[in-house]
Amino acid sequence: MKIAITTSGDNLASPMDSRFGRAVRFLVYDTDTKGLLLVDNSQNLNAAQGAGIQAAQTVAEAGANVVITGHCGPKAFRVLKAAGIAVYNCEAATVQEALGLFGEGKLLTASNADVEGHWS
Amino acid sequence: MKVVIASGKGGTGKTTVAVNLAWFLANCGRKVQYIDCDVEEPNGNFFISAHFSKRISAFVMLPVVDQQKCTSCGECSAKCRFNAIVRLPGNTMIFPELCHGCGLCLLVCPAKAISEDEREIGIIESGMGWGGISFVHGVLNIGEPMPKPLIRKVKEQGLSDHIQIIDAPPGTSCSFVETISDADLVILVTEPTPFGLHDLKISEEVARARGKSIRVVINKDNGTFRPLEKFLEDRRLKITARLPENRKVAEVYSKGDILLEELPDYREHFSSIAAEVFRQSENLEHSPNGVLP
Ligand code: SF4
Ligand code: SF4
Repeated sequence: MKIAITTSGDNLASPMDSRFGRAVRFLVYDTDTKGLLLVDNSQNLNAAQGAGIQAAQTVAEAGANVVITGHCGPKAFRVLKAAGIAVYNCEAATVQEALGLFGEGKLLTASNADVEGHWS
Repeated sequence: MKVVIASGKGGTGKTTVAVNLAWFLANCGRKVQYIDCDVEEPNGNFFISAHFSKRISAFVMLPVVDQQKCTSCGECSAKCRFNAIVRLPGNTMIFPELCHGCGLCLLVCPAKAISEDEREIGIIESGMGWGGISFVHGVLNIGEPMPKPLIRKVKEQGLSDHIQIIDAPPGTSCSFVETISDADLVILVTEPTPFGLHDLKISEEVARARGKSIRVVINKDNGTFRPLEKFLEDRRLKITARLPENRKVAEVYSKGDILLEELPDYREHFSSIAAEVFRQSENLEHSPNGVLP
């Protein structure tokens, strides 16, 4: 299983990025191989609109089965759902902590978008 | 002749100026059309006492993907500037609320899997108000995030043999830019306050960058706000009228009445604005290619 976590850093000790669409990058952790993959999302930082859905496409392309992030908007949520990716909300400080909480089954799946999208 | 009346934010008296200028011009015997481009909060019809005789729906193109034909190549999603398409294996999704209907995805799809449908974004109503003023406005559907295509369609209803008084949406967003895109004259209404000046600066910059002829009307003027005077001097902006502060103006406005009927003192000010409109319109006629230098 591949887990994508939003982060501003590049390793397990890095801080989580609470944003989804405008997260700096995704750290994808493969639970089978224990491998790490960094996926850049910076092209979305300045997107006027649709950052969330593009980010969702990016994590889908990276083969993620699970996304752990702070907040995910409604459109991104629709894409993730269509791609069969489960979304978990988490306020943990670091990527490692988030993975730990996920492993212990302490995170709840988001059944809906938790932040409203905004128009620009 | 297209005259846009604009202000950075709402509540500076933009609609009052637009409505009364239309009234004044109609009283001069001119053919006047009032075009309300504030499609998110149209209220000009109330002041013009418009009776609508025509109502049409406004549509934008909406692409639809035939998932059977789609090869999931991702061209459409890579090319769409508005991030309105997402390609997932076996499911290419379009987000109508982000789509600008530009049609690019149809062109780039190598599998010809995308076809055109349409989506209603609002309605356009037109008719007649008092004094024989033609009236048209657009009403954007609730929750519809893209006013621009509707504004464009409202402006397409403009009558070329009329003086078009165009009430711009507040702000300096893309709605404002769309509204002034083909204006012959932009009249910026401002107030002598720091907020008024701040908004004036932004709107002036946007309009100037598009090469527009700009005039300024100061509402609730008391002539004592130096920073505004200085800005106008520095920019060499022409003030066409200074409407004096008067508590009664707000009263007249709240009743939906015409200022120039209730407070005839204001007529001289609108006479100067009208004179500026006529001057600009003459310049326009005499310029060889119909555009101002
Ligand atoms: S029509 Fe234009 S904006 Fe809409 S999805 Fe296609 S490319 Fe994107
Ligand atoms: S360009 Fe056409 S074939 Fe390619 S993903 Fe888009 S809809 Fe499918």
